[in-house]
Amino acid sequence: MGTGKCLAISGRSGVGKSLLLRMIADLDPHEGEAWLDCVARSRSTGPQWRRQVMYCAADSGWWHDSVGAHFSPAPPLALAARLGLGSGIFAQAVRLCSTGERQRLSLLRALVLEPPVLLLDEPTGPLDPESTGMVEEVLRERLNGGTSIIIVTHDAAQAERLADQRLVMRDGRLIPA
Amino acid sequence: MTPILLTPGDLAVAALLILLDGALSVILGLRLHRQITVASVRLVVQLLLVGYVLRAVFSLGSPVVTLLIVLLMTLVASREVGARTERRLARFGNYAIAAAVVTVATGVTAALALTTAIQPHPWWNPRYAIPLVGIILGSVLNAGSLSLDSMLEGAAHERVSIEAQLALGATYREALRPLIRSSARRGLVPIINQMSAAGIITLPGIMTGQILAGMDPVEAVKYQILLMFLLAGSSGLTSVGVAFLAAWRLTDSRQRLRLDRLSG
Repeated sequence: MGTGKCLAISGRSGVGKSLLLRMIADLDPHEGEAWLDCVARSRSTGPQWRRQVMYCAADSGWWHDSVGAHFSPAPPLALAARLGLGSGIFAQAVRLCSTGERQRLSLLRALVLEPPVLLLDEPTGPLDPESTGMVEEVLRERLNGGTSIIIVTHDAAQAERLADQRLVMRDGRLIPA
Repeated sequence: MTPILLTPGDLAVAALLILLDGALSVILGLRLHRQITVASVRLVVQLLLVGYVLRAVFSLGSPVVTLLIVLLMTLVASREVGARTERRLARFGNYAIAAAVVTVATGVTAALALTTAIQPHPWWNPRYAIPLVGIILGSVLNAGSLSLDSMLEGAAHERVSIEAQLALGATYREALRPLIRSSARRGLVPIINQMSAAGIITLPGIMTGQILAGMDPVEAVKYQILLMFLLAGSSGLTSVGVAFLAAWRLTDSRQRLRLDRLSG
């Protein structure tokens, strides 16, 4: 994949799209190797690699009660606003956030760390069209800034809008869409 | 200080209370009389057996036999710690962790007590070493099984939040820290409860036993305090040790969460 490029992967549920992203992020044991800028993954530690090649799961995970505690040192209010999230949400409890809010917050968590590669698993799955548009706009800006993105999406139109290359996963293999 | 020795007749009178339990079970339809019978027979047989074994071991006074008995007790306790959790680590991970931690925690605290406070001659004197190890193992077993169960349950339940942290580049220590902390805490709760309740809500067994055996209450209390401190120390070592080892087994060299090593 080139710098600043976006690859979209689609395919039926359960075909292994998420597993592929998890493997690239080195979250599951598997065989094979990945390279970032000609440096093999095996030459860095797991955490070092995942800080560069960041996976955003479809089901977001939280480890503090309040939203704000997941953002240190300070919540990125400007970027949050661009994703349609008001500043009030950072004082809220995670369990009181809607699925769509959580999804955007987990994306935000990854965006503030500015990894060179983003692996996004259904980033706009539970979102309304308006929020989806906001997310895509931020992602497009990141692409222009040189971030590479692999996105798993069921939304063909979204893949069309964002991706430079589109692949379909079938029977565990990737084929051009 | 001469203990009042019990005769078989004394025990037979007390056994009337077991008959009373059985009668209650029959009259009220509790359907427990079978279990009460089996349990009380087991109690008598098991304890008499232990009594005679200990008498023999004490009179033998052999360091090898003492060590073997202590090792056997440690092994049984380790098995118990490993077997009490709902989920198991693959490749006997539960038992490996339990054996390592139970042995170290019990060994360290028992050795400390035998070489400083109690100082029998010789220091491994079975009359002191075996009961001491036994009582330490009791609390180590409690602390270890609670801590291990909490780690394994927690890892399974909190997979999504742990992996979210790993995906953001956290090390496994960072991602598992809250779980390690809560598991270690859980293992320490029983001994803290025991210490706070001692003397007010319960009269601890050792102390009661020594008072019944004719010891001065204040002397008995000193013994109990020493034992409680030993139990607290061994519980702490066990809860923390088990939590860290379980965390280590739940991850790999790439610092991934390896729930595939968990079964159950």
